Amino acid sequence: MIARHPLVRRVLEALATLIGVAVLVFVMLRAIPGDQVTASLGTEAAALTPAQRAALEAYYGLDQALPVQFLSWLGAVATGNLGASQRSGEPVLAMTASALPITLELAVLSLVIGLTLGVAAAMLSASRPNSARDAVGQAVGLAGLSVPAFLLGSALLALSARFLGYNPNAEQFTPITTDPWLHLQQLLMPALVLGFGLAAPIMRTARSALLEVHSQDYVRTARGKGVGPRRLVLRHVLPGALVPIVTMTGLQFGYLLGGAVVVEQIFSVPGIGRQVLLGIQQKEYAVVQSTVLVIALTFVLVNLATDLLYRLIDPRVRAS
Amino acid sequence: MRRTGAVVVAAAVLLTACSGGGGAPAGGTAQRGLVVGSTSDPDTLFPWKATQFQAVHVLEQLYGTLTELDANLEVVPGLAESWQVSGDGRTITMTLRENVAFADGSAFDSADAKASLDRIREEATGAVAAASLASVTAVDAPDPRTVVLTLSGPDAGILAALASVNLAMLPSDATEQGLQATPNGTGPFTLTQRTPNQSIVLAPNQRFWDGPPRLPSLEFRVIPDETSIVSAMQSGNVGFAVFDDPLVAQSAEGSGLSVTDTPQLSYHVLQLNTRQAPLDSLDVRLALQCAIDRQQVLDTAALGEGEVTGPITSPAYRSDPAARPCPQRDVEAAKRHLAAAGHAGGLTLSAIVSQGEYATSVNEATNIQAQLAEAGITLNLDVLESGAYVDRWVAADFQTAVALNGGRPDPDGMYGRYFTSTGNLNKVAGYSSPQLDALFAQGKATADPEARKAIYQQVSAELENNAAWIWLFTSFTYTATGADVTGFRPMANGSLKYLRETSVGGS
Repeated sequence: MIARHPLVRRVLEALATLIGVAVLVFVMLRAIPGDQVTASLGTEAAALTPAQRAALEAYYGLDQALPVQFLSWLGAVATGNLGASQRSGEPVLAMTASALPITLELAVLSLVIGLTLGVAAAMLSASRPNSARDAVGQAVGLAGLSVPAFLLGSALLALSARFLGYNPNAEQFTPITTDPWLHLQQLLMPALVLGFGLAAPIMRTARSALLEVHSQDYVRTARGKGVGPRRLVLRHVLPGALVPIVTMTGLQFGYLLGGAVVVEQIFSVPGIGRQVLLGIQQKEYAVVQSTVLVIALTFVLVNLATDLLYRLIDPRVRAS
Repeated sequence: MRRTGAVVVAAAVLLTACSGGGGAPAGGTAQRGLVVGSTSDPDTLFPWKATQFQAVHVLEQLYGTLTELDANLEVVPGLAESWQVSGDGRTITMTLRENVAFADGSAFDSADAKASLDRIREEATGAVAAASLASVTAVDAPDPRTVVLTLSGPDAGILAALASVNLAMLPSDATEQGLQATPNGTGPFTLTQRTPNQSIVLAPNQRFWDGPPRLPSLEFRVIPDETSIVSAMQSGNVGFAVFDDPLVAQSAEGSGLSVTDTPQLSYHVLQLNTRQAPLDSLDVRLALQCAIDRQQVLDTAALGEGEVTGPITSPAYRSDPAARPCPQRDVEAAKRHLAAAGHAGGLTLSAIVSQGEYATSVNEATNIQAQLAEAGITLNLDVLESGAYVDRWVAADFQTAVALNGGRPDPDGMYGRYFTSTGNLNKVAGYSSPQLDALFAQGKATADPEARKAIYQQVSAELENNAAWIWLFTSFTYTATGADVTGFRPMANGSLKYLRETSVGGS
C-alpha cells in the first residue's frame, strides 16, 4: 500500500536506478581493455615477469574474482566507505566532497546564465514571430546548439589570454573561502561556455511555449481588458510557459554534469567531471565507480526536485 | 524586457573583460619561482614504478641516482663520485659521495644503496627497471662509502641504466606507501606541498651535493589541456612547458614564446611480427621496407617535424638512416620482393594503431596504408583505444604495429631487451637471431667506446638488412619558456634534469 504512494515509489525507483548504475559502471569499467597495471605502466607492462605482474595485481586488488570485488565494493559503499585512490591514497569520499560542490556551483552558475540568456532571447523572438529579430534569435540559438563546448572554451581562453593577458584559470584553483573574487572569475568563463550551450535548447523550448501561451484565450482576454504589454508578459504569459521550461531545465542538468567533464578539463577546474575523467584515464576503479554513483545520485535527486517543483507550479499535475 | 537581455549579455562580457585590467592578481611580480605547466598529475610518486613522463619529470627533481647523464647523454657521476670496472668486467666498485643527505636529514650511505639495488632486483617489488640489473648477481657494501656490484658477465650498458630515476636511491627503511605521501630523496629539490590533480610545489634542497638550485620554488601545475597551457603561458602565469604536439608548439611560437626543438631518443616505427607467415619471409619484409618513403610519413603525419631514422637514435651511437636495403622508396623493388615471396598478386596485412596515446599515430598509419597500396599490399588498420592497444601489443597479438617506442641512451639498454632471444620484450619484438644474440653479448662485454660503436653499427645493419622492423622517424619535443627563463638545457631523453640550473629573471 505504502509503495503506491507516488513519493515512496519515486524513492524506490531512484534506488533501483542507483543499483543499476552501480552494476553498469562496474561491468563497463572492467570491459574496457587494459587494467590498472597496464594503465600505469603502458607498454612497459610487457617487460614485467609473471611474478612481478602478480605482485602488482595483488597490490591493486585485481587478484580477486569479479563478484567478490563487486560485492566488497558495494558493501563498503553501503557503509559510506567509497574506497580510496590507488595513486594518492586519498579517500574518494574526501575527494568527492571537495570536487562536487565546485561542479554544483558551476552547474548553478551555468543554469542562471543559460536561463537568463535563453528566456531573454525567447521573449525577444516570441514577441514578434517571423521578424528579423526572431531570425537572429533563432540563429544564435542554433549556434549555441552546434558549437561544441571544447571549441568555444578553447577559443575564449586563447583570445582572452592573447589579447587581454587575462587567464584566471592558469592560477591554482582558489577555493571560495580563500578569495571569493578570484574564485568567481575562475568559474565564470567555464560557466559562460556551459551556459551558452544550455541557453539554446532553453530558448527554443521557451519560444514555442511563449508563442503557444500568447495564443491562449486567457491572454487574449487579459489583453482585451487593457493590460499593458510588460505586465501581460510577466503576469500572464511567462507563468503559463514555465512548465515546459522547468522540465527542459531539469533534463538539461544531465547535460551540465556531462558538459562539465569537457569544460573542467579545458579550464582546469578540479570538479567532479575532471575527477571521473582522470579516474578513467588512470583506470582508478574505486574513484570512477564511486564518483559515477555520486553523479547518478545527484542527477536522480535533481529530477526528483524538478518533479516536485512541477507539481508546485502546475495545479493540473497536482490534481492528477 | 528588451533591455534586460542586452544588459545581462553586456554585464557578462564586461565582467570577463574588466577583470583583465585590475582584478586578477598578477602571477609573477614578486616571486622568482618557476611554474611548469603539465598536462597530468604524476600517477605515482614512487620512483621505482614511475614510467609516466609527468611522474618522471617530478621525481627526477626529488631523487638522486648513482650515475647521471649530461646534456649529451654521456654518463657522469651522480651519487657515486667515481667507479672502477675490473679487468674482466665482472666487478664494478663505486665510491659514494660524502655528506649526502635525504630530504628528512638522514645520511645516505652504501647501506641505502645496497638495500635499494637489492629490493629493485626482487620481483615482488614490481620495480620496472629490474631487468636493467639482470646481470647483477650480488651487491656488497664493504664500507659506508663503497658499493660493489658483482656481475654475471661484463655489462657496459649498466652505468647508463643506473642514471634512470627508476633506479633511484631510497633510504633503506623506506616503504612505498610512506614515500607516496612524503617523498624522501637526495635530489636537488624537496616537496613542500601537494594538491592532488592540481599542483606540486618543490623547494630547493639547500644541502644538494651539487649546490642548491637557483629557483626559490618550482611548481608543477596541472593544466590538463596543452592549448590551455599555451594560453596560461601567454598570460604569464606559467613559465615553462614541454609539448609533444607540433601544432601546439607552432601556436606557442606564433604567440611569441620561445620554443626549442629537441630530437628525441624515442622513435616511430612499424613493428613486424616475423614469427608468423607472411612476415616470416624476408622478401615480404623487404617489400614493406622498399614500399615506404619515411620522409613522406614524416611530412604528412608530423608536419615534417622530426628526422628520418634507423634503429639507434642516441647521438653517440646513431645509426645511418640510409644504411638499409632500400634507403629511398622503390616501388618496383617492393613488387619484385613480393613476387619473390610468392605474393605477386598482392598481399593483405593488418596493423594495430593506438588512438589518443600520441598525436600522430593515426595519420602515420593511413599514410603507410596509402603507400603500401601502391605496391600491392593492403593494410587493414585496427585503430584501438590506448588501453586496448597496449593489451594487444603486450601480448604480441598483431601482424604489424604502428608504434612510438621509448629510446635509451645506451643501445644495449635500448634494444637488448627486444632483439635478444632471452630479452624480456623479445615476444613483442617478434625477431631474434643467433647473430644478434652474439653481437649484443659482445657489445655488453666491450668497454672501449670505439669498439662498442662498431659492434652496434653491425647490430643496426643486421636489423635493417633483415627488415626486423621498419624504422620511420624520431620526432621533437618542444620546450617552451617565458622570456625571462634562462639556464635550462633540454635533453634527448626528455629529462628535465637541468631545471636545477634554471633561473627566472636572471637572478
